[in-house]
Amino acid sequence: MRTRRIGVAAIALAAAGALALSGCSTGGGSGEATSSASSAIITTNGSEPQNPLIPTNTNETGGGKVTDSIFAGLVYYDAKGKPVNDMAESIKTDDAQNYTIKIKSGEKFTNGEPVTADSFVKAWNYGAALDNAQLNSYFFEGIKGFSYDENVAELPGLKVVDKTTFTVELSQPESDFPLRLGYTAFMPLPEAAFKDLKAFGENPIGNGPYKLASKGAWEHNVKISLVKNKDYKGGRTPKNGGLDIIFYASQDASYADLQGGNLDVVDQIPESALGTYQKDFPDHSVNQASAIFQSFTIPARLPHFGGEEGNLRRQAISEAINRSEITDKIFSGTRTPAHDFTSPVIDGYSEDLKGSDVLKYNESNAKKLWAQADAISPWSGTFQIAYNADGGHQGWVDAVTNNIKNVLGIDASGAPFPTFKQVRDQITNRTIQTAFRTGWQADYPALYNFLGPIYGTGAGSNDGDYSNPDVDKLLKEGLAETDTAAANKKFQDAQVILFKDLPAIPLWYSTVNGAWGDQVQNVQFGWNSVPLYYNITKAE
Amino acid sequence: MAGYIVRRILQAVPVFLGTTFLIYFMVFAMPGDPIIALFGDKTPNPAVVAQLRERYHLDQPFIVQYFIFLGGIFRGDLGVSFSGQPVAEILAKTFPVTLRLAALAIFFEMVAGITVGLISGLRKGKLFDSSALLVSLVLISLPIFVIAFVFQLVFGVQLGWFRTTVGFGAPIQDLIMPALVLATISFAQISRLTRSSVIDTSGQDFVRTAASKGLSRRRIVPVHILRNSLIPVVTYLAVDFGTLMVGATITEGIFNVPGVGRTLYQAIIRGEGPTVVSFVTVMVLIYLVVNILVDLFYAVLDPRIRYAK
Amino acid sequence: MPSKTTNLPHFVAPVEETPLVAIDSVKVDEKPSNLWIDAWRDMRKRPMFWISAVLIVLVVLVAIFPSLFTAAAPNNNCYLQNSNGGPTAGHPLGFTKQGCDVFARIVYGTSTSLSVGILVTILVAVLGIVFGAFAGFYGGWIDSVLSRLGDIFFSIPYILAAVVIMSVLSQYRNVIVLALAIGIFAWPSTARVLRAEILRVKNSDFVMASTALGVSRFRILVRHVLPNSIAPVIVVTTISLAAAIVAEASLSFLGVGLPSSVMSWGNDISQAQTDLRTNPMTLIYPSIALSITVLSFIMMGEVIRDALDPKARAQR
Repeated sequence: MRTRRIGVAAIALAAAGALALSGCSTGGGSGEATSSASSAIITTNGSEPQNPLIPTNTNETGGGKVTDSIFAGLVYYDAKGKPVNDMAESIKTDDAQNYTIKIKSGEKFTNGEPVTADSFVKAWNYGAALDNAQLNSYFFEGIKGFSYDENVAELPGLKVVDKTTFTVELSQPESDFPLRLGYTAFMPLPEAAFKDLKAFGENPIGNGPYKLASKGAWEHNVKISLVKNKDYKGGRTPKNGGLDIIFYASQDASYADLQGGNLDVVDQIPESALGTYQKDFPDHSVNQASAIFQSFTIPARLPHFGGEEGNLRRQAISEAINRSEITDKIFSGTRTPAHDFTSPVIDGYSEDLKGSDVLKYNESNAKKLWAQADAISPWSGTFQIAYNADGGHQGWVDAVTNNIKNVLGIDASGAPFPTFKQVRDQITNRTIQTAFRTGWQADYPALYNFLGPIYGTGAGSNDGDYSNPDVDKLLKEGLAETDTAAANKKFQDAQVILFKDLPAIPLWYSTVNGAWGDQVQNVQFGWNSVPLYYNITKAE
Repeated sequence: MAGYIVRRILQAVPVFLGTTFLIYFMVFAMPGDPIIALFGDKTPNPAVVAQLRERYHLDQPFIVQYFIFLGGIFRGDLGVSFSGQPVAEILAKTFPVTLRLAALAIFFEMVAGITVGLISGLRKGKLFDSSALLVSLVLISLPIFVIAFVFQLVFGVQLGWFRTTVGFGAPIQDLIMPALVLATISFAQISRLTRSSVIDTSGQDFVRTAASKGLSRRRIVPVHILRNSLIPVVTYLAVDFGTLMVGATITEGIFNVPGVGRTLYQAIIRGEGPTVVSFVTVMVLIYLVVNILVDLFYAVLDPRIRYAK
Repeated sequence: MPSKTTNLPHFVAPVEETPLVAIDSVKVDEKPSNLWIDAWRDMRKRPMFWISAVLIVLVVLVAIFPSLFTAAAPNNNCYLQNSNGGPTAGHPLGFTKQGCDVFARIVYGTSTSLSVGILVTILVAVLGIVFGAFAGFYGGWIDSVLSRLGDIFFSIPYILAAVVIMSVLSQYRNVIVLALAIGIFAWPSTARVLRAEILRVKNSDFVMASTALGVSRFRILVRHVLPNSIAPVIVVTTISLAAAIVAEASLSFLGVGLPSSVMSWGNDISQAQTDLRTNPMTLIYPSIALSITVLSFIMMGEVIRDALDPKARAQR
């Protein structure tokens, strides 16, 4: 299949593999030539972790893919996003405010240290303390004693009862707290970590299904090599020998490598191949719903977007967007038009909430609503949507603004910012003078995660400064509710109000787009769009 | 001669200071807070942001940051990237890769460009000349990312001649395709420059003299025409080497080469001042050395050029 | 037939043995020869000049009066139902992914792309010639200062420069700012090429002759050295016209180009890149427009180069 020059290299590799087999097979080697299915190394795409590999400081997908593989928290999420006990024996509460957590005994970190209540409490305290400035510190906000104003070395809400038991006290009832515990921020850390966290972040010691192949297995900007952790006994026990995560700066490169047979699995398809990848990899690709919600936000402080006039204009704009045509033509069907503010993979999702008609394309009604707003105060200027040009958003922004232009007869265009940090900066400082792209990828599979942090008054990611006491009340009540169904009902009611106010204009849900080669089997993608690597098998 | 070289090396000092200052200023002037961007789509708490800003000295005024950086350089400490990796280590890993890629690309464009340019120049207006113009036109009319994608798709995926991206350790056989892509950009410049220079030289008196002396074309072409035509070409090659060392961002991204261009671009986009400045510093040094070498080489190509004192 | 003038001292052979040919006669009724007038006389005789001139005029006309060449309004009628559609009546080149008329976008993009190309070329040529000429001709400390200044500018990655310039001036992301961003860091290569050529030429016999005749240094540079070393600059700058237009596409690809609402070939090419597998023609058409424009300028550069070079002229 390849030319002579490469052919020589392939033969050399095969020979190396044979040597490894005759010697001691430790699951290393090229991964191409190992014959035993259980020791085969799966190769996949990733990106260089942006921070040292400390769970409480890992908040992006590049690092998350690694930390989730080498650490095991109290629970993990199965393919459907249901939490399954991992290190936890039990998590109990009566009031959604006080939790008692028991840990399985006999679990170990890869350096031999036992996993104890202390491993969790110390790690969480570290993550929460202001002086440590951890990127995920806000995950501990709910725990009693948490503060942004002063350094709290030990949260009073966390108490170690015995070696395998600890209690958590929250400052208010939050029924989805157990659901969060599978997120990276809540992973335990061994005692060894605190001696030198800097060095630890480079060569982390975990308790998860995989471990670093060796010291220095993280080859910066190139790859990280993980091998099976034989001590891990939880539900994510790998059916393969290890995982090579190769870092790519461009999705096109990883896709080309999949096509060239250099990768086993990719979980991202470049824009240029969205229309063709399902044909390129028949039966070896997925296009399934995921927990990513895309929208754009028109802050009420912009001229013409406050009060009654603003609501009318938002509704008009929402109904001027032909979501299904855009997802079809621009995204080749790899997005699903939005029907609410959450995601179809989350428990409690409903397609036909009251008021969701505002997300349907309705040219005449859009014109009517816009005219009503004009009656209050005539429109002037250009409607713009800001986006970061380094993230592949131009296509849909152009399509949406073309929709608005064509339906409402106003001038509309995209406002690209060269870099993500630039647009983020202006959004955070509230200096941005246009509508802007917003999106939310769930940290944990719960309705509240899509609503509370974004639309609650003063919430961390409430970039549009939306505030509605009725919504706040419903969110709070839903959190306090210990019965999931009753809680979800409250969250759905909150969304009915959101449809009227449109603090963000829902566009679509992203889907997981992935593909894999013939050489691997049992590829399944999780609720958070990451393949369940531990289940993948590779035959030779 | 030695004095000339010493002078040139001394001149490197102000260039170094000027460049690092300018770069530091540019990174500083770039809008957007790199710390806020670390939090992704989520809005961070101001207290946490303030803590982080202090850690990376981002709360200091620009000039203080610059001197902290300069001080670090003299202590041999280039700082750390956001991911906790020492910048010196990043430099040591990326520069050799890019150096190999650039050298290979220069080799390709030199061989192809000079050969095509020489033949075109000697047969001005003939079929070969026109076809060469046409080919270089096509190549310069397509942006590099298009050429790179097409090469990757055709030679990598469909024909399987080359590995689609560059494998671990960036072996030479994997670097051939990206080097060819890089060479296409400058092929047009090199071949047109050579051609123009060859036409110019062919009309010179010494060439006519050589011909009238009865020297064979086989001797006139390499010794008299080519050698005397190479000055602008060599200059351009040196300039291009500098560009390739730092400007191969797109190509390195597409072929996943863990080199300077890709890493530097990420650092620029993420606003990692120390990384950017360190890269450019090394880049300046390389460029200065190349320029000295080229200036000395002029005297070899043309005996009339002398560096006095 | 005795010659009317007598200033041909090198004629030693008897006149009747060497019949005067046209070249040897001197037309007294004409003004003394001027480099540029000579060049113009030579150029207008060449078909290549006229072909490239017509092409350039055509491109410029399209740039100034786009509405004469297409009936479609390019930016206000992009309908997604036409997405990636083939040619139809009135839309000879089909539609882009956004459902915009490809031909209309090319026609309306001409002025942007041409302006970027020409502005960058002028900037690079002017800065490059001034810096390169002075550095190469005067040498010494002037050379050191100018060349090192060039080194500083050259060492800055142009992508960084473009990101910074386009970000800081994000309110003014227009053609002029973009041309500045591309050109301000591109001139050192032209300067170095010219400097090298001048180093070579300044030792030529005719320069020494002029010096011996007492011609001022500056006059020697402008009248003798520069015209004789300009050829590589013409080659480099005509190609950099293309490079600039393409650089605009690359910057768009990286997200620091002109806003997508501005129509330009660069934007078209960069946007079409994602459709390379499904609808490659949306990429090829603007590239063809770019090629034709560049070809016409390269041909023109070639003609000028030949015309300026008396030796190349004599060869024909």
